[in-house]
Amino acid sequence: MNTDQRVTPVAMPETAERSEGGAVVFDVSDVSVYYGPFRAVRDVNLQIRRNEITAFIGPSGCGKTTVLRCLNRMNDLIETARVEGRINYHGVDLYGEGINPTEVRRRIGMVFQKPNPFPKSIYDNVAFGPRVAGIKGDMDEIVERSLRRAALWDEVKDRLRSSATGMSGGQQQRLCIARALAVDPEVILMDEPCSALDPIATGRIEDLMDEIKSQYTIVIVTHNMQQAARVSDRCAFFTTEVSEVSDTRTGILVEYDETEKMFSNPEDERTENYVTGRFG
Amino acid sequence: MALVNPATTREAVARQLRGGRADIAGLAFRALLLVALLVTVGILGILILDVWTGGWSVLSERLGSFLTGTLSSRSERAGVFQGIRGSFWIAMFTIVLAFPLGIGAAIYLEEYAPNTRFARVVDVNIRNLAGVPSVVYGILGLTIFVKVLGSFTGGRTVMAAGITLAILVLPIVIITSAEAIRSVPSGLREAGFGVGATRWEVIRHHVLPYAAPGILTGTVLSLARALGEAAPLILVGATTDFLGGGRGSLLDFGQLTERFTALPIIITTWAGRPQTEFRSLTAAAIVVLLVVVLLFNAVAILLRNRYEKRRR
Repeated sequence: MNTDQRVTPVAMPETAERSEGGAVVFDVSDVSVYYGPFRAVRDVNLQIRRNEITAFIGPSGCGKTTVLRCLNRMNDLIETARVEGRINYHGVDLYGEGINPTEVRRRIGMVFQKPNPFPKSIYDNVAFGPRVAGIKGDMDEIVERSLRRAALWDEVKDRLRSSATGMSGGQQQRLCIARALAVDPEVILMDEPCSALDPIATGRIEDLMDEIKSQYTIVIVTHNMQQAARVSDRCAFFTTEVSEVSDTRTGILVEYDETEKMFSNPEDERTENYVTGRFG
Repeated sequence: MALVNPATTREAVARQLRGGRADIAGLAFRALLLVALLVTVGILGILILDVWTGGWSVLSERLGSFLTGTLSSRSERAGVFQGIRGSFWIAMFTIVLAFPLGIGAAIYLEEYAPNTRFARVVDVNIRNLAGVPSVVYGILGLTIFVKVLGSFTGGRTVMAAGITLAILVLPIVIITSAEAIRSVPSGLREAGFGVGATRWEVIRHHVLPYAAPGILTGTVLSLARALGEAAPLILVGATTDFLGGGRGSLLDFGQLTERFTALPIIITTWAGRPQTEFRSLTAAAIVVLLVVVLLFNAVAILLRNRYEKRRR
């Protein structure tokens, strides 16, 4: 079997559309997110396109991670979180009636800020997703393919049965990427995947993102502007505004455009200040 | 050219680094902590030594007949077999009833229950129940399991006692298990959900294995509590005199619905006997109870170590 052949757990009706690069995967319109009475981010509008890397940048507390976690309904885990507006995934409202968050997360995988491998073997870490997804097929092959895609295979092929927690931070994060790839998602959300890693490990993850973007759609939250400039095709700049009435901070999307334009000739002054390092 | 001789600088720095105030408060605190530890360990040591020397005459001369013998008013023939059997079955009832119920309730409270006023009221009440004196549970056992459900339990039987003690330790099992489940890192849950696992799959494959050592520790402590209780058993009707059918084996199911006794009951009864021979019998019975508790603990520690190894 060709190692690049993809095993799709459930037939996707829009397979034909998959081949066209640049089709809209997520259409986020007028999204506000609340934690209890507190509005964390408001009125976000953006479109995320297939086979591109979209970066969310901005200062701390501006709601980038909040928006990212709405894209695969990870915010459901926070009891008080509430989403207003519409997030369409291939035209389907992710927060619509009858949507199963588990199915959403199978198609829209996630890599977290802190590497969080399961305290199990390397093999079991990768195999867990396909197992619970009920993917039939040669598990050894799925594990190998996922680890190869995450550029980790050569380092771990002789110790697949040893614990994942004994690996270095960079290896752990690549394992988490392999784990996300193993269920063959369409989208991978990355929440500051390199913030706990050294520059060499960061470089490897960035190379990896570049390699796999032809097959996946990637959304990455990053604090590192150089990283956003290096890896992303499009870039969304968020910032916070302080309400004069209640003195609370709310995240807003300032500007969203092609990365090149965002870093060379942004429309908004706030974006320019941020990317040139004058603020944040 | 340096203005100050390097040797002078070195001396000045050395003086500064070597000087400084003595941390008297810190030293005193440390000494106090050491005293606290020594007092605790010392009291325990004296207790064990006292019991051991007190029971030595019985344990060394007739350990076999002491372990297999039945209750008797004649000190040279008295044995604790029925007590071991009673305590063994109380432990079994606790394991079979309190552990699954308690761990189940804890999982529900931590993983499923929405954070509502109702859930908080339940949580507070369970904590309060853990502090209710054991005699109160004895009265509950007498009313419900001996009287109301007497046709099922057979009245004043080891079954009624076992169920009563299982309920006694239930709040402790719930609290400690909930604590262990709460200590599972949120990153682990997120990782599970992130690859598209359902809540049950996350709990089954990640939360419970991670929480298992903590849950085990709590449940074993509660088991030790159940094994040591005497007050509720007196109310439920543990017998302190002769027992019919005392010869059956440890696993004799027939005696589940007969009169019973347990090690703590034997200890309290014998301790009240005026004859001096019973003093060493009491001490020997305490040693037996301690060994039984230690055996259960040892099993739990082995299991816990296995789970902890898997967690790494």
